[in-house]
Amino acid sequence: MRTRLMELAVGAFMVMGAIALVLMALRVSGLSTADAGDKYTIKAYFENLGGLTERAKVSMSGVTIGRVTNVYLDTEDYVAVVEMEINKSMSTLTTDTSAAILTAGLLGEKYIGLTVGADDEYIEEGGVIEDTQSALVLEELIGQFLFNKAEE
Amino acid sequence: MGLIDKLLSQIQFVGQAGLERIQGLGRAGVFLYSSIPWGGPGSAGFADLVKQIYSIGVRSLSIVIVAGFFVGMVLGLQGYTILSDFGSEAALGTMVSLTLIRELGPVMTALLFAGRAGSALTAEIGLMKATEQISAMEMMGVDPLKRIITPRLWGGFIAMPILALLFSLVGIWGGAYVGINMLGVDEGAYWGNMQASVSFYDDVLKGVVKSLVFGLVVTWIAVYQGFDSMPTSEGISKATTQTVVLASLAVLGLDFVLTAIMLGGV
Repeated sequence: MRTRLMELAVGAFMVMGAIALVLMALRVSGLSTADAGDKYTIKAYFENLGGLTERAKVSMSGVTIGRVTNVYLDTEDYVAVVEMEINKSMSTLTTDTSAAILTAGLLGEKYIGLTVGADDEYIEEGGVIEDTQSALVLEELIGQFLFNKAEE
Repeated sequence: MGLIDKLLSQIQFVGQAGLERIQGLGRAGVFLYSSIPWGGPGSAGFADLVKQIYSIGVRSLSIVIVAGFFVGMVLGLQGYTILSDFGSEAALGTMVSLTLIRELGPVMTALLFAGRAGSALTAEIGLMKATEQISAMEMMGVDPLKRIITPRLWGGFIAMPILALLFSLVGIWGGAYVGINMLGVDEGAYWGNMQASVSFYDDVLKGVVKSLVFGLVVTWIAVYQGFDSMPTSEGISKATTQTVVLASLAVLGLDFVLTAIMLGGV
């Protein structure tokens, strides 16, 4: 009887470990159970990412509709390429949607903000957002400002 | 002449102590090598493994969970006071969860584990040695390494990551309790920012790898100290102290190395 109780306790302990791992995956790290079918990937080219990284949010009007999955440099044109997964529920992004790299708050993380256009056609899987706006880099802004001042 | 003799004996002493350390390390290595292989479920030691997971893991559950909750609450409180200076309380969830998952969860659990389970293992095995149970096993043709050490080693190896995961998880909820309910951080920001910045493979699984290493090292030190102790009451007390000291130092040192390898850009 005592060994039975002990084995039960050990079994419960192992189950707790498994539950903890699942909670870590779903609740803490936001690993979603939804498979790839619920998302589609689009691309955007930026001149400067200014600290945008993988897993950054993609949002529209402040609502998160996807995530950045990959960031790399196009070695032919030397522009940054951002690949992002957008939820299938937001499949009505028009082809003239614009993307900008924004900052959450003054010191917050970088994210991509999408603004929908007025076109009739929608971006397909693997499509590219043409209208992009790079991240604001403070040093460049100050540099421009000084340059303009000097010209005056 | 007398001075040179004194000097020589000093050098001899240092050399001897060094050789003894290296020999001890080698003995511990051989000890680990010969006690790790295990027959899997159904072999003779399996019932004993369950018993060891019970006494090492399940019995450590209360201390780990209570400690985790308090550590999480302290992180929430401390993190809030720092982050609110920069107006970024929304990052509280990120800070609490990453601190716990990457560092504090595995390390604190390993330290508690060394104090709670490691010392008990050393004392148990040391007493077995002092009462000549181990010699008796050898007389009967039973391999004491396989019979005593192997299930304990595996028990620690299995129990430790589970304990560390529970520690981190409870801590994150402790931080949420303090942050959201007491300090008024936005609940959506707490969980949302956490999910945006914690990666399952890069953070959670690497934390699990850390705790696996710690589990093995702490249990190894504990059983080896017990097995290698002087079979006297003084020897057992010395070995128990050594276990806690060595295991704690090993955990903290290894933590730096593992962090540098897995997470840092060193």
